[in-house]
Amino acid sequence: MLKRVHFGSSWLPFALVAPQILITVVFFIWPASQALYQSLLVEDAFGLSSEFVWFDNFIELFGDEHYLGTFQRTIFFSFSVAFLSMAFALTLAAMADRVIKGATTYRTFLIWPYAVAPVVSGALWVFMFDPTLGIFTYTLGALGYEWNHKLNGGEAMFLVIVASAWKQVAYNFLFFLAAMQSIPKSLIEAAAIDGAGPTRRFTSIILPLISPTTFFLMVINVVFAFFETFGIIHAVTQGGPAKATEILVYKVFNDGFIGLDLGGSAAQSVILMLIVISLTVIQFRYVEKKVEY
Amino acid sequence: MAEIHLRQVGKSYGEVEVLQGIDWKIGDGEFVVIVGPSGCGKSTLLRMIAGLESITQGEISIGDRVVNDLEPAERDIAMVFQNYALYPHMSVYNNMAYGLKIRGIPKDEIERRVKQTAEILEIGDYLTRAPRQLSGGQRQRVAMGRAIVREPSVFLFDEPLSNLDAKLRVQMRLEIKKLQQRLGITSVYVTHDQVEAMTLGHRLMVLNGGHVEQLGTPIELYERPLTKFVAGFIGSPSMNFLEAKMSEDGSKAHFTGGNSLELPAHLSGHGDRRVSVGMRPEHLLLDENGSNTASATVHVVEHLGADTLVHGTFGNDDGPELVVRLDGIKTIGQDEVLTLSIDPNNIHLFDPDSGKRLNT
Ligand SMILES: Nc1ncnc2c1ncn2[C@@H]1O[C@H](COP(=O)(O)OP(=O)(O)O)[C@@H](O)[C@H]1O
Ligand SMILES: [Mg+2]
Repeated sequence: MLKRVHFGSSWLPFALVAPQILITVVFFIWPASQALYQSLLVEDAFGLSSEFVWFDNFIELFGDEHYLGTFQRTIFFSFSVAFLSMAFALTLAAMADRVIKGATTYRTFLIWPYAVAPVVSGALWVFMFDPTLGIFTYTLGALGYEWNHKLNGGEAMFLVIVASAWKQVAYNFLFFLAAMQSIPKSLIEAAAIDGAGPTRRFTSIILPLISPTTFFLMVINVVFAFFETFGIIHAVTQGGPAKATEILVYKVFNDGFIGLDLGGSAAQSVILMLIVISLTVIQFRYVEKKVEY
Repeated sequence: MAEIHLRQVGKSYGEVEVLQGIDWKIGDGEFVVIVGPSGCGKSTLLRMIAGLESITQGEISIGDRVVNDLEPAERDIAMVFQNYALYPHMSVYNNMAYGLKIRGIPKDEIERRVKQTAEILEIGDYLTRAPRQLSGGQRQRVAMGRAIVREPSVFLFDEPLSNLDAKLRVQMRLEIKKLQQRLGITSVYVTHDQVEAMTLGHRLMVLNGGHVEQLGTPIELYERPLTKFVAGFIGSPSMNFLEAKMSEDGSKAHFTGGNSLELPAHLSGHGDRRVSVGMRPEHLLLDENGSNTASATVHVVEHLGADTLVHGTFGNDDGPELVVRLDGIKTIGQDEVLTLSIDPNNIHLFDPDSGKRLNT
């Protein structure tokens, strides 16, 4: 039951929520509406005048091969990041779930990457894979593989995917581990008595029971890869080589701040906003459904 | 079907010893109960039989195989857990079929067995439901069904009724007993409830603090408890223990509060010492003309209909506390002084220090 609180005066409740509302207006509603408005304008080449063009910017975007290519690339990138980091985190969590001694140390180490800022995490991977100085480049060279993500688009994509996935592993690990540990131990024991070995128990009991968490993390990771990998990409490849790692957020930045196509860039950000909103709706609608033990 | 043999079984968690020196041979088709207070190691012992806990000392065999190093799946057992441990994401049917599928039993055979078991347990109508859509009693039945359908050689139960309400508990208790009689499968049942233990078990193991206090049939434990612990644990309300001084020839006990009672004849030789006299509340009779009588002062009377519980002191107000259970409805007032009698053969004597039984 929710408790109802009765306020004596009518202004107090408003005063209490005012700071929240103010912050939301200043940092979200206002810029968002600016972007919406901006996306309906076209500026001339010198930025002196602008013309209201309705949805021309959007129509142009969806006719633009480059934009659609970026869209595809972003989807590939996001799902690769989500899949890679979740698969890795799931493996680690499954192992940690069975570890008893030293479990806390193990967990603490695994949580560290999450505390690292995306740009720093990017810088770390740049150092390790630097075509001339990097330790991995050197090792790969010794094994006969010539690594240069500054020239090879595929390698560049691989690198930003790995760097982004690495950043998310800790977060996913924590959620997976918490989900696994909330499964009553007797369920696993019952399955063991029923004759299921460790692999079978994992696939037929644990995986289905943590599926709400998996779904939740799927959405979170896709959102992360879509929007929060800007820092990593900026530090590692700047969207290159030849736009091979330019994903949607990076294109907004490139077109808007480098290319100065403000209307087109704003239209792109409005599309991104719609994607976020729909992902959030999916999140709320389906993740709330819990498994009952 | 199988015998279970425990040989000097013990369990330690690091330095902490939670079970020691347990020896027991459970016969084929027998229904035995491990009973004791919470934390005495009942579940641990059962889980060692199941293979869910390692055996740190001794040896357990099921049938003619030593199972110490076998996985739970290889022991041919089924277990019913206290919280039922039903797979929440599977239907009732799949919960029951899971173990059969893993064993590679053909589909039509699985279906036949699940249906047949569901019939026995009267859960045939719920086969497509998820466990969360069932009541506690129904879940309990499904958990039993999951164990039965596998046709194991041993059933293990860990307090399976403790999550049910009192009425359902009595009903399920009876059903478990009938089911076990019908299937004749060796069963080990763990409970902290002495009524459950007495009603279900062919034989009981009373555990206390990790060691066996006594093994025996319910009647043996009731009539001849070997320790004060067992005497107090079995029977409700609990046995009265009254400190007394034994006469020189061992024929009488003298209590504070002014009473004296005659003791069983064969006790001579124990004379002139302190003893703890055990008398069950139902063995004290309201009988002025009895041969072995004593007085009691009434403090509180509880009417249960079928019987009347009298709480008071033995002798005058200075005497030790006492509970008497009288048949039927008796009108007794507060502070009334009753004359009670007891058959000397119903008197149990214990060493007040070691708690060991003195009379043979
Ligand atoms: N994993 C464990 N580590 C240490 N001590 C344990 C562990 N499991 C149980 N114990 C101890 O063993 C004793 C017996 O526990 P248990 O068998 O669950 O008791 P019961 O089922 O009779 O209530 C308890 O004192 C408990 O604290
Ligand atoms: Mg227990």
